[in-house]
Amino acid sequence: MTAKTFQMDGHDVPFEEGQSILAAALAAGSYVPYLCYHAEFKPHGSCKVCTVKVNGRTQASCTTPAREGDVVESNVDELNELRKNLVQFLFTEGNHFCPSCEASGGCALQAVGYELGMTTAHYSPLFPDRPVDASHPDVLLDFNRCILCELCVRASSLVDGKNVFSLSGRGITKHLIVNAESGKLADTTLSVEDKAMSVCPVGVILRKRRGFKAPIGERRYDAHSISEVAVAHPEDEAK
Amino acid sequence: MTRAAVEIPTKKKLRVATTSLAGCFGCHMSLLDIDERLVPLLELVELDASPLTDIKHPGPCDLGLIEGGLCNADNVRMLRVFREQCKVLVAMGACAINGGLPAQRNHLDIRDCLQTVYLSGHGVERGFIPNDPELPLPLKQVHPLHDVVKIDYFLPGCPPSAEAIWQFLTDIIAGRTPHLGHGLIKYD
Repeated sequence: MTAKTFQMDGHDVPFEEGQSILAAALAAGSYVPYLCYHAEFKPHGSCKVCTVKVNGRTQASCTTPAREGDVVESNVDELNELRKNLVQFLFTEGNHFCPSCEASGGCALQAVGYELGMTTAHYSPLFPDRPVDASHPDVLLDFNRCILCELCVRASSLVDGKNVFSLSGRGITKHLIVNAESGKLADTTLSVEDKAMSVCPVGVILRKRRGFKAPIGERRYDAHSISEVAVAHPEDEAK
Repeated sequence: MTRAAVEIPTKKKLRVATTSLAGCFGCHMSLLDIDERLVPLLELVELDASPLTDIKHPGPCDLGLIEGGLCNADNVRMLRVFREQCKVLVAMGACAINGGLPAQRNHLDIRDCLQTVYLSGHGVERGFIPNDPELPLPLKQVHPLHDVVKIDYFLPGCPPSAEAIWQFLTDIIAGRTPHLGHGLIKYD
């Protein structure tokens, strides 16, 4: 019996029943840009960077189950321009000053920007005022870089069973918060071994005294672009 | 026939102006980092106003490279002069593109900043906030260039690598749309 397949950008992509278009594509070595997806968690479908056209309709590929015979467009100028626009919005909304960020070189937002050829955030930056939380002895939170992927929220509640993080507010005021009466990370049970510590795709959740440990040239996306890294290790991407 | 009558056809050189606004000159240092390729480059371009020529005000140019963002009124004035004089204007480096390091003051009140630095800061005695009419007034917030004028190309990096600058310039000189592939687009 031959495996079920759908077609993406002219190639046959095999899939297992129930697998999403994104998961099947990555497993087959075809990269689709994404930010809020993580192989170990139920897909969220919020960042929309993984949007593809399925039989002519735009859909988030992380939440769309693959179906036999689907015709999917992904790596086309129209979609890549829209994806770049989404990434530009994220750069515009937060304070993404890469030169001083410990996550630089290992940051999925930055790497997807490179992948999509983004040379400017295009819009007028909002420069929000978001104080950092350095209260925890081992962990620093820099909210300026949050892209609201909720991976830390999901990891903390589903894997760690601690529910340390939440999103609060709506629309442009939506932001990451710490679930403690004081609002401070020091007043939670977060520890450095938690899953929530390893899932942030950007530079929000940082281990103290580890900054800039990997030298330039040896960082996650220095030698290979995110499109190469993501299909080489789909299971541990976004760590 | 005298020798002077023999005309050797020469290609018109591209006229280029550069400046550093609220920047650190790191992008200009990176431009110099193209090393011996400066020699063939100078066969193809003529430098107009630039920290490298010490000419302060640009004449009509084909290309303007601007390093640094806008932190004071004079930065804005100079940017407008460059936009007027340059056919193609390039935001070079992180500060020109998103404000960069100087923009890290943007969540602070400018009055508090000046008071802390010049009046109440540690070790400051008999301080005063500089107010000479020759000093350009600081802006409330630091802005990227594209907040004020149209920018034609963005060359990111802090600084953009010499390779990226070389690739960009050779594309422009050859009349191609500049294309930086993986490894040349960097935000850090």
